Amino acid sequence: MNALLDLDGLTKAYPGVVANDDVSFSIQEGEVHALLGENGAGKSTLVKMIYGLVKPDSGTMQLRGSSFAPPEPRAARASGVAMVFQHFSLFEALDVAENIALGMENPPAMRELAARITEVSQNYGLPLDPSRLVGELSAGERQRVEIIRCLLQNPKLLIMDEPTSVLTPQEVEILFKTLETLKSEGTSILYISHKLEEIRRLCDSATILRLGKKVATCNPREETAKAMAEMMVGSTLHQPERKPHKTQEVALQLHDLTLPAQSAFGTTLKNISFSVQKGEILGIGGVAGNGQDELTAALSGEALSDAGAIEMHGKPIGQMGPNARREIGLLAAPEERLGHAAAPDMSLIENALLTGDIRKGLSRRGFLNWPKAKAFAENVIAEFDVRTPGPGNAARALSGGNLQKFVIGREILQAPEVLVINQPTWGVDAAAAADIRQALLDLAANGAALVVISQDLDELMEISDRFAALNEGRLTEPVPAFGLSVEQIGLMMGGAHDLEAVQ
Amino acid sequence: MDLSSISPTLLIASLMVAATPILLAAIGELIVEKAGVLNLGVEGMMITGAICGFAIAVETGSPVIGFIAAAAGGALLSLIFGVLTQYLLSNQVATGLALTLFGLGLSSLMGQSYVGIKPPQTNKLDIPVLSDIPVLGPILFNHDIMVYFALALVVLVWLGLNRTRAGLVLRAVGENHDAAHALGYKVIRVRLLAIMFGGACAGLGGAYLSLIRVPQWTEGMTAGAGWIALAIVVFGAWRPFRVLLGAYLFGGVTVLQLNLQAAGLAIPVEYLSMSPYLITIAVLVVMSAKRGRTSLAAPASLGRIFHASQ
Amino acid sequence: MIALEKRPTPSRFWTGITPFLAVLATMIAGGIMFAILGKDPFAAIRTIFWDPVFGEFAFYYRSQLLVKAGPLILIAIGLSLGFRAGVWNIGAEGQYIIGAICGAAVGLAFYPTESFLIFPAMVIAGGLGGFLWAMIPGILKVKFQTNEILVSLLLVYVAEAILASMALGALKNPDGAGFPGSRNFRSYPSAYNEDLIANTGMHWGVVFAFIAVIFAYILLSRHMLGFQIKLAGQAPRAARFGGVNPDRLILFCLGVSGMLAGLAGLFEVSGPAGQVSIDFNVGYGFTAIIVAFLGRLHPIGILLAGLLMALTYIGGELAQSNLGLPAAAIQAFQGMLLFFLLAVDVLTNYRLRFGNREVA
Repeated sequence: MNALLDLDGLTKAYPGVVANDDVSFSIQEGEVHALLGENGAGKSTLVKMIYGLVKPDSGTMQLRGSSFAPPEPRAARASGVAMVFQHFSLFEALDVAENIALGMENPPAMRELAARITEVSQNYGLPLDPSRLVGELSAGERQRVEIIRCLLQNPKLLIMDEPTSVLTPQEVEILFKTLETLKSEGTSILYISHKLEEIRRLCDSATILRLGKKVATCNPREETAKAMAEMMVGSTLHQPERKPHKTQEVALQLHDLTLPAQSAFGTTLKNISFSVQKGEILGIGGVAGNGQDELTAALSGEALSDAGAIEMHGKPIGQMGPNARREIGLLAAPEERLGHAAAPDMSLIENALLTGDIRKGLSRRGFLNWPKAKAFAENVIAEFDVRTPGPGNAARALSGGNLQKFVIGREILQAPEVLVINQPTWGVDAAAAADIRQALLDLAANGAALVVISQDLDELMEISDRFAALNEGRLTEPVPAFGLSVEQIGLMMGGAHDLEAVQ
Repeated sequence: MDLSSISPTLLIASLMVAATPILLAAIGELIVEKAGVLNLGVEGMMITGAICGFAIAVETGSPVIGFIAAAAGGALLSLIFGVLTQYLLSNQVATGLALTLFGLGLSSLMGQSYVGIKPPQTNKLDIPVLSDIPVLGPILFNHDIMVYFALALVVLVWLGLNRTRAGLVLRAVGENHDAAHALGYKVIRVRLLAIMFGGACAGLGGAYLSLIRVPQWTEGMTAGAGWIALAIVVFGAWRPFRVLLGAYLFGGVTVLQLNLQAAGLAIPVEYLSMSPYLITIAVLVVMSAKRGRTSLAAPASLGRIFHASQ
Repeated sequence: MIALEKRPTPSRFWTGITPFLAVLATMIAGGIMFAILGKDPFAAIRTIFWDPVFGEFAFYYRSQLLVKAGPLILIAIGLSLGFRAGVWNIGAEGQYIIGAICGAAVGLAFYPTESFLIFPAMVIAGGLGGFLWAMIPGILKVKFQTNEILVSLLLVYVAEAILASMALGALKNPDGAGFPGSRNFRSYPSAYNEDLIANTGMHWGVVFAFIAVIFAYILLSRHMLGFQIKLAGQAPRAARFGGVNPDRLILFCLGVSGMLAGLAGLFEVSGPAGQVSIDFNVGYGFTAIIVAFLGRLHPIGILLAGLLMALTYIGGELAQSNLGLPAAAIQAFQGMLLFFLLAVDVLTNYRLRFGNREVA
């Protein structure tokens, strides 16, 4: 086999961090090559260099033996390199055909393009209507737009950045079939992921990155998942301990919560009902964009609902704002750390004040007690091992994992009775993620009720007592998490609301 | 009071003239906002265009060269805004305000020796045969060329936005600049060009005031026209033909109140002259109250600062 | 090639130093402009920045400094609260006019009664007038999401029309022999806003400006509301999450800035201007926007910026009479100052990096 793309000694440094340090490997013709590593291992920077978004500080690339140094994505695409992004590079207010035209060098006339989109989408089993607005599509359909945009250019190398993180298990199956078809046609695929089982199933070879350096290139089918995980993380991981949950009184209850969408492309919540007991963790899964943010907002008090739709300890709280809910012990941590859970340009002291005022008594009659706020911030930093020079630093200066530890620590140290968390470990390195999960389990063990919303099913299975899935703003009946099969979870996420029909 | 002195034919013909400066500025700002940039300096660019066009037309004796100079002056001034917001990442609201304040000062500085002069006359097109048609003739076919130019510009902008690749890229940049950047489009370049187009259009609008509509130079003569143009872009929900409609509606209100003033309506002049502003506010309220549709139409990246980082 | 690189934490050093850099750059660019106009740039700069304070007639101009700085600071303090919260009231000029009309109307209604209660009543009416005028964009924004920038600005033109109608109609001096303009407050002691210390320019408006500075300082650094204002401006979603009620904040910011602008208008019309006339307002409402930014939206900064801007006003008048520099040149000069300030601002949050490395 000949190498399609050779990378030789690629290095890229950003201030304070070497994103890629002397990375070399080859991608063969017609193979699916995995790029494996934790968040922050340098996978994204590496593919951005291949795609021409970032210029390497040193090192060279060769495409089919000739020198390859794309100054911009356009040049990379012209050479036959296409990329499907993790956070889609799509335009919500434009339609599918327009979105695809934007990703092509010389798109045909719109009508012709629409016909070709329909044709290609059918050939690869990815049905798509070219005239729909992208903002109205589900995450899975959006990904199809990206993939078809790439396929229309007959790429030699297709780069896919964490493609399955937004898909239901069933959609993953469809994607894998498409990728196998492509591979059989001779297209090489660079497949970025941190999901080991997927890689073992799909990929012919795998390159593992850790802290910007290449650790190994191996055949994933010959390695155990555990061995690859250890190469990726560099140490054995601490597994959270879990104590069984005993039935106790209900802390939080939702009755038919219905909430119209707050923004143009938002999701409407429809008839959501569930209850969480003291000491219990309810895991809520689902593909991104099915109402996770809206449900978090409805629980935190950022969005108000019918008073009786949400009850805490039997009291209606649907009309209470965030601070009133904090007062009675309902705390929340939204998904977006920078700009939602924390103010990026403000110091950690000010960010401690952001939610800690009520329960920690950081002000008196409106006048702020800065020393007390500082002490609280320092307490969070110490208890949750937040790495920062000091509480006076701006939130945006912290790494994703450290800021997440700060955000979650800030809520946990306020001794919540009910804690709602959206994506507790998104973009957090494995060690910090394990710490966060352990902290959540400890909190539940101490009697708090937790609602954990996540797209990481492994995480939910690890910590949840019961599991439910969000689909287009509806929530399935929560079922015990223990013993749920992947297939059942997939059907729940895919919108099968009645689990009996599944079994 | 004598309402019969108001001729509907003349009224419609003159509303087209009254609407043209605002239409020009608004259609330019529409392009700027479609690219995701909010330039609140329209008023400043208009007044700068007004004096540039006036001065050059007086010096050269040619209104055409005057209009070209006005477009160049507006574009040049908008370039200050462009460099500040696109390269130096300054706040667009503050920078737009600064542009207006600076433009007002600069224009009155430039215009000192032009107060009280009459500019060279811009001829009406007076299309033969067509302009002789009763009623329709004077309304539609007896204007100066800029009225038709503004109408043509609306059509061109619509075609450009919806039927060309450049228009698609412009909309993409305004919708999601990070995604456009990831696809390899030059966000800053697209936006600078859009800003300069907006500046040129505002300059033309200003010159139309000083060379044709008024026609003379006085300090602060735009009197809020730039702000009304901004409001009309919102009213038009970022669509060229609705902007046209908005501008003509506004022109109608202006002309009507002027006619009522002349006809001696029993309302004090001051109250009549504030009516265009009040009606603009009322229209803004109605438009923004119908939330769903307008919020969908507003470019998603409008006013956000773009900095390509890692 | 020069590239910008985001700083992890905003630089305190540059936050403090940039206004001085901007002033310096404006002096240079302004000097060039004056040279183009055929004036000696050094003489012009000296006349504008030096002579009013240290020149021959400084004893007169120094009092003018407070007279001009008072309204600028008072308005800018109010605006700065809104600007920090992302509430853009740029119609302070209108609120200033309406405040002046309301306050003056109350005073004139009591003419010629003399009572120590009249002036306080005028102050209340002035503040209330500005407050209510600013509530129009506020309520429209809260109820209908109407853009407050456009509404507040368009209302300036409405206010100017009302001013014209008042000066020529309802408030016209009945003993004025048909001349436009109201009675002069100088001849009505109970309503006249006199210098508290003679010939210092220190009238009630200046006192209120200082009080506003202190009030804003405490609000922003010590009070929850000030924290919420900053939060709402920097991270609106985080503010909502933190329990900030955005509607209440919008009304508060517009209300306070409208009230302060209205007060500034009342103090001006009943003192330095002396009467309601068709053009008693000289654009303080707009210049205050520059003052607010120049002072970096910080109360102490605004205090200094207000004094500096007042200096350019007086220096400009001086340069006009002594050097024949056109009045408009000063207006352009002030606009330039805001440009330079916005330009150097980038250094607070970004650092420059020289070299050929691509920041993609």
